[in-house]
Amino acid sequence: MKLLLKIWRQKDAKSKGKIVDYPLDGVEEDMSFLEMLDVLNEQLINKGEEPVVFDHDCREGICGMCSLQINGEPHGPDRQVTTCQLHMRMFNDGDTIFIEPFRANAFPVVKDLMVDRSAFDRIQHAGGYVSVNTSGNTIDANAIPINKDNADDAFSAATCIGCGACVAACKNASAMLFTSAKVSQYALLPQGQVEAADRVQAMVAQMDAEGFGNCTNTGACEIECPKGISLENIARMNREYLSASIKG
Amino acid sequence: MSGIIRSSIARKVAMALSGLFLVFFLLQHFSINLTSVFSEDAFNMASHFMGTNPLVQFLLQPVLIFGVVFHFVMGFVLEIKNNSARSVKYAKYNGGANASWMSRNMIYSGIAVLAFLGLHFYDFWVPEIVYKYVETNPEVPTRYYEELQHKFVSPVRTALYCVAFVFLALHLLHGFASSFQSVGVNNKYSAGIQKFAKAFAIAIPVGFIFIALFHHFNH
Repeated sequence: MKLLLKIWRQKDAKSKGKIVDYPLDGVEEDMSFLEMLDVLNEQLINKGEEPVVFDHDCREGICGMCSLQINGEPHGPDRQVTTCQLHMRMFNDGDTIFIEPFRANAFPVVKDLMVDRSAFDRIQHAGGYVSVNTSGNTIDANAIPINKDNADDAFSAATCIGCGACVAACKNASAMLFTSAKVSQYALLPQGQVEAADRVQAMVAQMDAEGFGNCTNTGACEIECPKGISLENIARMNREYLSASIKG
Repeated sequence: MSGIIRSSIARKVAMALSGLFLVFFLLQHFSINLTSVFSEDAFNMASHFMGTNPLVQFLLQPVLIFGVVFHFVMGFVLEIKNNSARSVKYAKYNGGANASWMSRNMIYSGIAVLAFLGLHFYDFWVPEIVYKYVETNPEVPTRYYEELQHKFVSPVRTALYCVAFVFLALHLLHGFASSFQSVGVNNKYSAGIQKFAKAFAIAIPVGFIFIALFHHFNH
């Protein structure tokens, strides 16, 4: 398979980047997208050129590190996969492929295709947890009966890996799907309801402070999410937020 | 409570509620216009009531104007803020792969509807205000139907109205259905609500187009 890669190159956070063309031959359809980039980087290193920097870690769709906007879509044209799960069989011989970093002011480019997604960490730190009293009276979480539907929905929300595809896909660079998943996974459970009002207000305030855009319900985030996080979470977060704000 | 004023969710809910209010107004406006197809007297009676009732004139009308202005101003403010959340744009952006044209272009369909409102105010609202409150003419309960038909004599104006209603339909196709999501409604009834909202978004503008064409060809 012969490809023309158009890759965003940027020396560092302060430098101005640009798209650079890289013709690449010998790509096999069974390669993952990241393996294809590994092949390119080996060639660049052998030529004495700077390899392309990109995020990756587990390479099995769990960690959420691999990002990449591929031909205008986060994680490329396949559905419910991360970039490491995307295979070259999704492309054709002779294709031109644009590879860019996830774009959002809240996700500044570190170098080439690597972006700083620590804004998500700060949203999580603002309230995405349950405080546990460890004074010796701790009750086993499993001792509290939980409605099966709520347990399932909380689990689904908790499968969010914080990859940032929702932000990258959204025309407004909104982080509402991520934040709402983190709000929902606790709001649905009795253990999380104690701090529910403070949590949603703090997490939304942090999300806004990070400079993400507003949600306009295009639904692009849900379509592009590798874990299929539902828009229902955003509606739930809106309800939680309004309820918390009105009650003061 | 102070945080809610500046929050993204509060803005989103405000947009949804003002939009829902305008949708309700649209239904009321359509209902009155529809009477013009069936009965000249009914249309004159309804128009005269709306044009002279103090509650409508001095309470509901200002509320409506506030709702319209708020919806458009907030729409522009959000568009500017959202654009500024991504300073460096993608070299290749495939928005059509994951979102409808309507949802991605609400600002353009909104501008088209705003432009139409300018024409509509010029055609009906401004002359009405001048007639009643500037020239202080005597009340003529039978004048409305004739004025309506006179406006749709021009094929250019009729065509402009029809095009504007197409943009209104495109705006409503996303806006009406998504306003429920914004106010937190996403449950087992959502599929039905979405179907109703989309049917409304097509039926009402098509109805307005029918009324415009009816008066153009029957004046």
